[in-house]
Amino acid sequence: MRLLDFFRTRRASSASVAKERLQILVAHEHAHRKRTPSYLPLLQKELLAVISKYVKINPDDMKVSLEQNEHEEILELNIVLPEESPKKARKTN
Amino acid sequence: MARTIVITSGKGGVGKTTTSASFAMGLAKNGHKTAVIDFDVGLRNLDLILGCERRVVYDFVNVINQEANLNQALIRDKRCDNLYVLPASQTRDKDALTQEGVGKVIDELREDFDYIICDSPAGIERGAMLAMYYADDAIIVTNPEVSSVRDSDRMLGILASKSRRSEQNEEPISEYLLLTRYDPARVKRGDMLSVEDVQEILSMDLLGVIPESQDILNASNSGDPVILMEKTNAAQAYRDVVERYLGEEIPQRFINQKGFLGRLFGG
Repeated sequence: MRLLDFFRTRRASSASVAKERLQILVAHEHAHRKRTPSYLPLLQKELLAVISKYVKINPDDMKVSLEQNEHEEILELNIVLPEESPKKARKTN
Repeated sequence: MARTIVITSGKGGVGKTTTSASFAMGLAKNGHKTAVIDFDVGLRNLDLILGCERRVVYDFVNVINQEANLNQALIRDKRCDNLYVLPASQTRDKDALTQEGVGKVIDELREDFDYIICDSPAGIERGAMLAMYYADDAIIVTNPEVSSVRDSDRMLGILASKSRRSEQNEEPISEYLLLTRYDPARVKRGDMLSVEDVQEILSMDLLGVIPESQDILNASNSGDPVILMEKTNAAQAYRDVVERYLGEEIPQRFINQKGFLGRLFGG
């Protein structure tokens, strides 16, 4: 009986192994698929409003981007300040 | 309002052309004027599955290149007046299909037909991308097997980002899961992914389940879509699929193992 049970449980597992492998794979591939989060345009707009309170900048001189690789996400904010203070502010998070 | 439906899968050999032929025939038999287009340029087979291979004069690429008009290329099915076939060309030129050309043909068909079925080739090359580009609905044909399920998931991602609807920010393509080559006995033994497993992994609405069946080979041998072999399980399953697509509430069949009597008398 025990031998029979052994074979039964082994057999019953092949579909569940497949399911588990697929679930991990699909979750992983979906994480890669998401590119631009929906909050990014609003974030950019609000940041622009805050910065404009202190420095006058051209809206086109500000870029917000989010990059993803396997281990981390990098939110990059790039602002070109106007002529009188020609510095480049760069913040990485 | 006409609807364009793509039959796709990513993986080859899962039953796209079999499904396209039977689904199109089913819609036509239900009284809807239906055109079915073979997008597998260079490897056309839909004509063979529908038994009209000897009546092909002009093809899809001829129409796109304006070497023939649509009426010259469309083949009217001999068994059902509502069904028309637009065969693929056998050219080896990979760039024979253009987005603009396909769009024009589909627009012209939309004026005259209720449903336009796009039979996609396997893979994610141009033919497959164009088959899905203009779709309103997508039927994802999937076998209960790891590589097919993974490829289906991949196609869902592409449908969501590389279609006309997605590019123009319209309502997304409606996606339906069709599980084919399903063997309830193997599922019961734990050797095969179940309907529920596949649905859970892909999180999709189930359009239907087509059981593994000897009759599909017999049907393709004779050039009749299997939906016409009325007594067979596969035909009944495809008829259910068509009616469900048209909005009828039909319970799922063929997902449980047949009882002793069923096996004795069933096909």
